[in-house]
Amino acid sequence: MPEQTESAPLLELSKCEQIFRTKRGDVRAVAGVDLEVRPGKVLCLVGESGCGKTTTARAAAGLTRPTAGWVRYKGEDVNTMDSASRQAFREAVQYIHQDPYASLNPVRTVYSTVTAGLRRHKLVKTRTEARAKAAELLELVDLTPAESYLDKYPHQLSGGQRQRVAIARALAMGPQVLIADESTSMLDVSIRVSLLNTLGRLRDDLDVGFLFITHDLAVAKYFAWDGEIAVMYLGEIVEQGPTPQIINDPQHPYTKALISAVCEPDPRLAREKKTVRLRSSEIPSLTALPSGCTFHPRCPLFEPGLCDASAPPLSLINGDARRLACHVVARDHGPARAGAN
Amino acid sequence: MSTKTKKGTGGTLSVLWQGITRSPSGFTGMCIVVAILAFVFLGRFLVDHDNPTDPDALWLPMSGEHWLGTNFEGKDTFTKLVLGGAEPIWVGALAAAITVVVAVILGALAGYLRGRFDDIVLQATDITMTIPFITVLIIVASYFRNISPLMVALIIGLLTWPFLTRSIRAQVLTLKEREFIEAAKLQNLGTTRVVFVDILPNMAGYIFINFIIAVTNAIYAIVGLYLLGLLPSTAENWGLMIQQAWQNSAYLLPRALPFLLAPLAMIALFQVGLVLVTRSLEQALNPRLRER
Repeated sequence: MPEQTESAPLLELSKCEQIFRTKRGDVRAVAGVDLEVRPGKVLCLVGESGCGKTTTARAAAGLTRPTAGWVRYKGEDVNTMDSASRQAFREAVQYIHQDPYASLNPVRTVYSTVTAGLRRHKLVKTRTEARAKAAELLELVDLTPAESYLDKYPHQLSGGQRQRVAIARALAMGPQVLIADESTSMLDVSIRVSLLNTLGRLRDDLDVGFLFITHDLAVAKYFAWDGEIAVMYLGEIVEQGPTPQIINDPQHPYTKALISAVCEPDPRLAREKKTVRLRSSEIPSLTALPSGCTFHPRCPLFEPGLCDASAPPLSLINGDARRLACHVVARDHGPARAGAN
Repeated sequence: MSTKTKKGTGGTLSVLWQGITRSPSGFTGMCIVVAILAFVFLGRFLVDHDNPTDPDALWLPMSGEHWLGTNFEGKDTFTKLVLGGAEPIWVGALAAAITVVVAVILGALAGYLRGRFDDIVLQATDITMTIPFITVLIIVASYFRNISPLMVALIIGLLTWPFLTRSIRAQVLTLKEREFIEAAKLQNLGTTRVVFVDILPNMAGYIFINFIIAVTNAIYAIVGLYLLGLLPSTAENWGLMIQQAWQNSAYLLPRALPFLLAPLAMIALFQVGLVLVTRSLEQALNPRLRER
């Protein structure tokens, strides 16, 4: 596993920025995000609603064109590549939507949905071959016996089954990267785990890289333990590093707040747990961002004159793999341990 | 149930068949439509096309020889009834086909592509919508005196497409934002495929019903033109029969009534059949309704 971290990134976002022009002013949904997805690895993007997770994912999937910065697939810019490379990109990078009730065409059977891409791109020759391939894909996502699902319509399936069909469709093209946008958040907890296990098998057996978007840190911890977590706040990444470090030893005050907000089922532990109190629970409007560090109006570590003056850069601290954007933490912890670097 | 789902995989036709036979009223409608089509298009091979004028047999009552009696010229009413159905039906179907094909292609592409193409289509619908097609038909028909049924079909078809175009465009505008369309785009399926294979089948029921409504409208239009006496009186047409019956005051003479009522009944029956069929088509084309 450790050697794989050195492999070249499949999908790379650099200085990716998405500004939506609206009547009430420009909305900076994503502000200069750098991310890398490597084969067999999970990059988990967490953050509260409206922080730009989905916008980032859509840009990564090539669904929208970022207003600045690049999305590169195997080193090639997705938005300027020729049609052959674009086809390769489309096959290699697949997107799983959040809502399995909206992402399947209600008038098409499971067979038809799953094999549409294969048939269109002549990857299967005959109907028999297409059905065999579809059955194989359904078995891969634990829809067995596959034959009994092929001719079903989406309305005959449960939410979990639908989401599996959506994943089977994404897998049909033999993807190298899966972008999962809150793909498990609509499902029951029991189904969620089995689906995460299915996705985990793909990651480990087929070496699929994941850009996994969630607001649920428990899911992030479960699925991305060997990978990385990037915490987003108002379109920016505020902390990024290996999952165990972020979960067990969060440094950025926002990450701390997020982690302390996760429910603790054990009442004894829950009582001992320190909750991070934010100065305000209100999320600033994207059209009127606070000066300096955008988190400063809510931040418990806020220091006037420092935090509201300039935006903190996302830089390495502690000499480890973690990157952090906070003036206060960088000052208090950064230089002291940076000597060891 | 299991045998039915097995059959369902056979193809679109068998799926349609199941949907149509499931609802009794829809099935009745289909039987009516098929019976009238057979009466009109097969019947013309069985009746004697030579239906001579007979001054000695004016307004004969119903009999074994003349099933529906004779008309004001002594011609056999039943023969005229068989021969007179083909024209309104094919003109109606052709006009409806023109309307629906134009509306589906323009509406779907305009809604999906937006931009300049959409602007042009919208302008064209606005302009065409302001032309009252009945008035145009009447003017053209009275000016040229003998326009062909084909012309009638073309005029109706080319002047009624904007309404359906608008509503199809509106539906495509919402459908194309749905996630399953995004999923199709993510697989690089191509514009034509996404529009005509992924989006349009979602409104197949709507389109079919509009086709049938367009057929009924076009039939009424051509029958109406005959009734107003604006089309040549040499043709065999139910509308012309009604007009001639009216002009010759057939309604005053009980034994002449079949000449007036038979074509009226055929038109009404055919329309009722079509309307009933739409109900089962809706069922046949929507997988959710198909189950019940």
